[in-house]
Amino acid sequence: MNPLLSVRNLRVAFPTRSGRFEAVRGVSFDLGRERLGMVGESGSGKTMTGRAILGLVRPPGEVAADRLELGGEPILNLPESRLRRLRGARISMVMQDPRFSLNPVMTVGRQIMEGYRLHTGTSRAQARDKALEMLAAVQIRDPERVFDAYPHEVSGGMGQRIMIAMMLAPDPEILIADEPTSALDVSVRNEVLRILDRLVRDRGMGLIFVSHDLNLVAQFCDRVLIMYAGRVVEELPARDLHAARHPYTRGLLDSLPRLDRPVRRLAVLQRQPDWRDAPPEGTP
Amino acid sequence: MLRVEDLDVWFGHPPERVDAVKSACFAVRPGESFGLVGESGSGKSTILRAIAGLIDSWSGRIEVAGAAVAGRRRSRGFHKTVQMVFQDPYASLHPRHSVDRVLSETLRLQGMDRIDARTARLLDQVGLGRGFRFRYPHQLSGGQRQRVAIARALAAEPKLLLLDEPTSALDVSVQAEILNLLADLRRDRGLTYVMVSHDLAVVAHMCDRLAVMRQGRIVEKMDAARLRAGAAQSDYARALIAASAGYLRQG
Repeated sequence: MNPLLSVRNLRVAFPTRSGRFEAVRGVSFDLGRERLGMVGESGSGKTMTGRAILGLVRPPGEVAADRLELGGEPILNLPESRLRRLRGARISMVMQDPRFSLNPVMTVGRQIMEGYRLHTGTSRAQARDKALEMLAAVQIRDPERVFDAYPHEVSGGMGQRIMIAMMLAPDPEILIADEPTSALDVSVRNEVLRILDRLVRDRGMGLIFVSHDLNLVAQFCDRVLIMYAGRVVEELPARDLHAARHPYTRGLLDSLPRLDRPVRRLAVLQRQPDWRDAPPEGTP
Repeated sequence: MLRVEDLDVWFGHPPERVDAVKSACFAVRPGESFGLVGESGSGKSTILRAIAGLIDSWSGRIEVAGAAVAGRRRSRGFHKTVQMVFQDPYASLHPRHSVDRVLSETLRLQGMDRIDARTARLLDQVGLGRGFRFRYPHQLSGGQRQRVAIARALAAEPKLLLLDEPTSALDVSVQAEILNLLADLRRDRGLTYVMVSHDLAVVAHMCDRLAVMRQGRIVEKMDAARLRAGAAQSDYARALIAASAGYLRQG
């Protein structure tokens, strides 16, 4: 069976005053109906990988790949008009902070309806029903009230659930969630994760879960890619993350304070120059 | 070192008045490290800001080194004893002031002598070489900026540091470096810390005791061992510890 998404040797580069900066340097992976974690520190290229897949890298940024296919169809550098039909309908992205991705002067309900009607061309009444159904699906207790609310009238956790409702209304095959829970309190975080979890299980959606939180990815995902300096340095099943072999992955794990394992002093990551170019751990 | 009794903090006026902190009580011994944990809006940062004199709408009693403070007025002596480090190192440094200016100005304000030698020593103490002295904030990484913010706080040679989520904006590997630095400074200089964090593992690592807050109230005080054992007494603290342990997949 074809993977939902197939990426080979993806590269993203930006010209800068001090030369070309390569943000993504040859990332390859396939995504099936699974939860794929993508972890790394800031600047490792994980967000840029997601943006490149969605065609959201603006010039002068350049995107190149040997293959970038959605359900077997090439989607690399499509014209904007064709990308607009894909984005939202077949592949969607939820960003870290709902305060920056919701329109502040439009009610929540209208925003969800707008995106849904654009991709499905349904009537206003049908779109309204769908919006209310989606708000209920992300566990919002009073969908009618939230439908008429403006983004500033809802909490951060609710804003993130609204974003997820909006992105999922057109029923995409793939969702890229970029740090979807980092701005949330732990209790709300677990609720949002449960919603994403159910969507993968019940709808067979493919999820790319971008995060800096290794423990969370180990618990939530099926498979993990560890990114460093624009490359995947290690790939492994999420449940084996704590047995990772790459010194970068090990260093990240060891630098985290843990409730169940007191230490006098936290281990400090010693970066090695050869991590930038050595072949990834776990490949033949 | 620090005593807080019946602290109420509010914002706005009735009918829109919000009670951010309600009758909070705790005391921190000299040399101790005390944590304040809770979810956003629980009032943990507000307590720090009231102590530091950044909020005037509070009542109750705040005593630092045996002396009570009032309103927003703080004496010169207070700022020699108490300093604060903020969450966001990108926002707490003036973008057009060099590291040298940030530190030397602070030293001069504190009435210190030998500014030049002290500036160099502060940079050493926070693990930044002399090479950083004439850089500007945009030439520094997040971790380096937080080191500068810590150096600025140390300039007054304070006894008590108020740390408001000092590593939440940093990558985990950088967080480890900053937490190690803070632990070393406390040991070497006998500092007292009050640290606010939403990360229970960070607080367990850094603090001897902590208070769990919810909706403006302290619901429970415990020591770090109890937190690690998950042996909280209140339902809320137990639920918070369980939620922090992570996500349990179903099916």
